[in-house]
Amino acid sequence: MLANTNGRRAATPRPYAEDVAWNLVFVCWLVATASTLAALFFSEVMSLPPCVLCWYQRIFIFPLVLLLPAGLFPFDPKVVRYALPLALVGWSIALVHVLITVGLIPEGITPCTQGVPCARNQIEWFGFLSIPLLSLAAFSVISALLLLTHYKVAK
Amino acid sequence: MKRKTLFVTAAVALVVAFVVGTLVYQSQKADSAQALARQAYLARDYAPTAGPAEAKVHIVEFLDPACETCRSFYPFVKRMIAANPGRVRVSVRYAPFHRNSDYVVKVLEATRKQGKYWESLEALLATQAAWAPNHSPDPDLVWRQLEGLGMDLERVRGDMNAPDIARNLAQDIADAKALNVSKTPEFFVNGKPMPSFGYEQLTALVNDALVAAYR
Repeated sequence: MLANTNGRRAATPRPYAEDVAWNLVFVCWLVATASTLAALFFSEVMSLPPCVLCWYQRIFIFPLVLLLPAGLFPFDPKVVRYALPLALVGWSIALVHVLITVGLIPEGITPCTQGVPCARNQIEWFGFLSIPLLSLAAFSVISALLLLTHYKVAK
Repeated sequence: MKRKTLFVTAAVALVVAFVVGTLVYQSQKADSAQALARQAYLARDYAPTAGPAEAKVHIVEFLDPACETCRSFYPFVKRMIAANPGRVRVSVRYAPFHRNSDYVVKVLEATRKQGKYWESLEALLATQAAWAPNHSPDPDLVWRQLEGLGMDLERVRGDMNAPDIARNLAQDIADAKALNVSKTPEFFVNGKPMPSFGYEQLTALVNDALVAAYR
């Protein structure tokens, strides 16, 4: 019993691994916060109305701004368990949204026939970079880094 | 504590970036070169206009007859025109964002052919809650509000399907899109939009235009 406990203690991450993990979660927070501010900039400053799918993605990115710091101070490796589900669901919605904007999924089967159509890109930077694509990129980075954190900590 | 410093610095940097971005965006919006570019979409001869043609301050309002905020702004705009006789005129363009609003717009436009446009607009705005319960206009209820204005409503029913009305409405919607009008009411005063939404901002915009045109 005692030996087992000691064994576990020995397996806790070394300062270096913990440092890397902390930095990964910190970068996740940076991405989530930048995305949140960008979403607010689009809707509140540029007055672009968010469509239904945008709202669902917002639901999954906004909480990360507050949730991730709670896992950073003090560093809690379990933060992955709380943050990753949000990131993965948000990622799925963003993927559906991108597929709709490129026309791979017809808009009729999605819940956004009224109000702002989700299929219309309101912004297109450099000819391809739309808001749903930015969202997909943000969720991808956050999910990937959180998974990486998980493996760093588990090692 | 190095971590905390890093975190706080990043948080402050992000917020500062947001605020600076907002200020830059708003100052660009107010840019006079852009105001000139907007005039192409704003100046449409067919739009119903109140106030003398020689008035140098021109308010273009994008309006949805079913929009509650449009209703509350209406007397405010009317007062501004009255307070500056001969110097301010207002044109109404349509951004029918509510469902069935385009029907109401067509009715309104048809009343112009009997010279009862402003009376009809005021009657519909005043009774908005009655014909647009829960923000969804009910075409049948609209007609009831127009009785007693001395119009031949049968003629209005015929006129509202005129091709020029449909064409002008389509033009309004296209212009609204080009001007990035996404909510109503949206005001442009000599081509400049409000930096942010509100009565004071509109007043300031009109006063600035008055000073610039009649100093």
